[in-house]
Formats: sequence, structure tokens, C-alpha cells
Amino acid sequence: MTEGLRYAYAVVRDTGAPEAGPDALAALEGVPGVAGEPVRAVRHLGLAVLAGDVPTEDFDEGPLRERLEDMAWLEKVARAHQRVVDTAGADSCVIPVRLATVCRGEEGLRRMLADGRERFASALDRLEGRVEWGVKVYAAPPPPEEPPAGQPPAGGRGAPTALSGRDYLRRRKAQRQAAERRWGQTEEGARLVHDTLTGLAERHRLHPPQDPKLSGESDRNVLNAAYLVRREDSAGFAERVGRLAERATGLRVELTGPWAPYSFTADDDGAGSAGADG
Amino acid sequence: MGERDAVTTRGGAAPTGGAYTSPASSFGSPGPSGLAARGEGGANLADILERVLDKGVVIAGDIRINLLDIELLTIKLRLIVASVDKAKEMGIDWWEHDPSLSSRARTEVTGGGSEENPA
Repeated sequence: MTEGLRYAYAVVRDTGAPEAGPDALAALEGVPGVAGEPVRAVRHLGLAVLAGDVPTEDFDEGPLRERLEDMAWLEKVARAHQRVVDTAGADSCVIPVRLATVCRGEEGLRRMLADGRERFASALDRLEGRVEWGVKVYAAPPPPEEPPAGQPPAGGRGAPTALSGRDYLRRRKAQRQAAERRWGQTEEGARLVHDTLTGLAERHRLHPPQDPKLSGESDRNVLNAAYLVRREDSAGFAERVGRLAERATGLRVELTGPWAPYSFTADDDGAGSAGADG
Repeated sequence: MGERDAVTTRGGAAPTGGAYTSPASSFGSPGPSGLAARGEGGANLADILERVLDKGVVIAGDIRINLLDIELLTIKLRLIVASVDKAKEMGIDWWEHDPSLSSRARTEVTGGGSEENPA
């Protein structure tokens, strides 16, 4: 039993209460892990790792590698992992561990804590009292084009029409120019949002724009950023995002969070590696 | 959480109110028109994967999953990012020049080729 596989979610400070376990654990009652298992805390060296027993048929090396390529399985595990991490991190500082970190037995978890002791401790010091907010900016779709009189409505796109070649080219050019203007405004708007929020956050991190197939968003994602904000500044930050969103024309702004500080666990992340402790 | 929150509710978290005592309900700004709201439980899978798969502390467990495999998987996911290609066509690529983007992320954005794809 003690030699079974253990899946690690996050590392927290061991608050030292002999029976109660770390604060983060209390929030996890009734929140199942990636295999539907209860999540427990294993303590070592002043740290505790939140982890659960997982079956070898899914989480041993071979099966796990195969499973990770299965999008439906990956989604299920990713959502459960995130739920555990963010629920635990609701009121206390948690350092998320990357998905699919699996150890053998509690001994393996303790070894992991020992190996990463300094990194975990410094991350806890840096991130205590902070949360991550996600902000995405989308280019709002262009207004639908009015079909010129006499033209068949859309649907016959690409079909030959009565339009002369020159008219066609002219129209294409106008469309392209309009699109370029919109893009210019979009870029400026996204920059303004980002610059403003960077000023309010301790650190920030830009993620690549999202895949519409995963996000389900058809609008173009032009900014995908994470900001590290003190818990007590969260309300103000969210409010500011709301005001930016009101002002931004042609843009749609989406705020997500608060998240556990996933994007800021590495020391060299954030607003330029030189200013990492700023 | 009676009305639509201005803040995206992260699905998966608690059924209402999110995993955290949601600041969404306390900051009290009426849902501004430009701020997108997302329905309950509609956590964007991309938001989640971006964090749990790409971020978080990478530390070796006893199960030696070749991290490259996972990265390949994320790269595969990102290779179908139509928005990146389209944006680049339009010359919108400023996120690529931000120093805080990791080199790996940059590779994912620019490396539109399939040469890293083993399959």
C-alpha cells in the first residue's frame, strides 16, 4: 500500500499543527484527485506535498505516456489537477507542481520534497499572499459586410459573379486595408491593456495566444497574459480590468482568476529575468 | 453570484463562487460591457492546460515521464493555433519579442513546422 503510486499536486508550507495538517488540506475535503482519490498531505522538512494514491494501470510510466496523448483523458486529469490545486490555494499559498508528477510511495514524495526543498521554499517566500490573474484580449469580429446590391448573399463565395476583375481587386484591397486598420487599433489597444496592468502587478508573464480549438473562442486572441497580484489588491486589479474593457473599442477583454500562481513558480519568470525579485 | 460575473468563472472549482472567495462578487463593479463573461463551469481548457501542463514546478518524480513527450503534446496542440498564423500574416507578433516569453514558448509560436513532430 505504501509502495503504490502517488500523484503530486502542489507543495505547501507545513504549518506544523500536529493533527490538522496544512491549512490547504482542509479545503480539499470532498474534492477528489485525478483518479477520484482523496488528497492527503505528506510532510517533510517543513514542507508538505498534497498528493493522492493513483492506480498503476494509468499512472505507471508506460501507460501514463500513452494516456497523455489521449486528449479526453488529458482533459479529465488536467481539470481534476487544477481543481485540487486551486481549491487548496484558495486561502493559502500553494506551489503547483506540473501535471503528471508521480512518485513511488510516500517515500518517493519525501524524496521529491527533499530534492526540491530550496526551490519550493523560495517559491513559497516569493509567492505567499499573491494570486495569479489571467487577462486575455480578443479582437472583436469585424462588422458583417453588406453585400453590394445585386449580389447574391454570402454562400456563393468564390463562385463567379458579375463583378469585374478590377472591381473585385479594388474591393479586396479596401477589405485588406480595413483589416489592417483594425489590426493596428487592436495591437495598440492590447498594448495599453498590458502596459496598464503590468503597472499594477508585481510580475507578469505573456503566454502565446490560445488555440481556438481548445478555448472555444472564435475571436482572435491578441493578448494572453498572467499577472501576479497581492491578494488584497485583487479587487482593485479586477476593477481596473473592467474599466479598461469599457474603454477598449474593438476589443474584448476576458479576466480569469484568481488562480494559484502557476505562471510564476520558476524564479526566472516574470518581468524580465533581471528584475525577478522586483 | 446571482448575476453574471464580469469575471470568468473557473469551471471545475467550486460549483459557485470559484475556488477562491471570489473577488468577483466583492469588487462590485457592474458587469462592464466590454468585459467578457463566461458561463458557470465554462473554464477554458486552454487556460487550464496552459497552466497545469506548461507551468508549475517541474521536478522529477519516480515515474520518469519523458517531459519532451509532454512538450510535444503541447506543441502539437499549439500547432493548430490558427490565430497565431493569421496574426502573423497580419504582422501582429509583438508577443514574440517580449523578453518574458520563454524561448520555448517563442519556439512554439514561431515553429510552425512539423519537423518536431515524431509521429
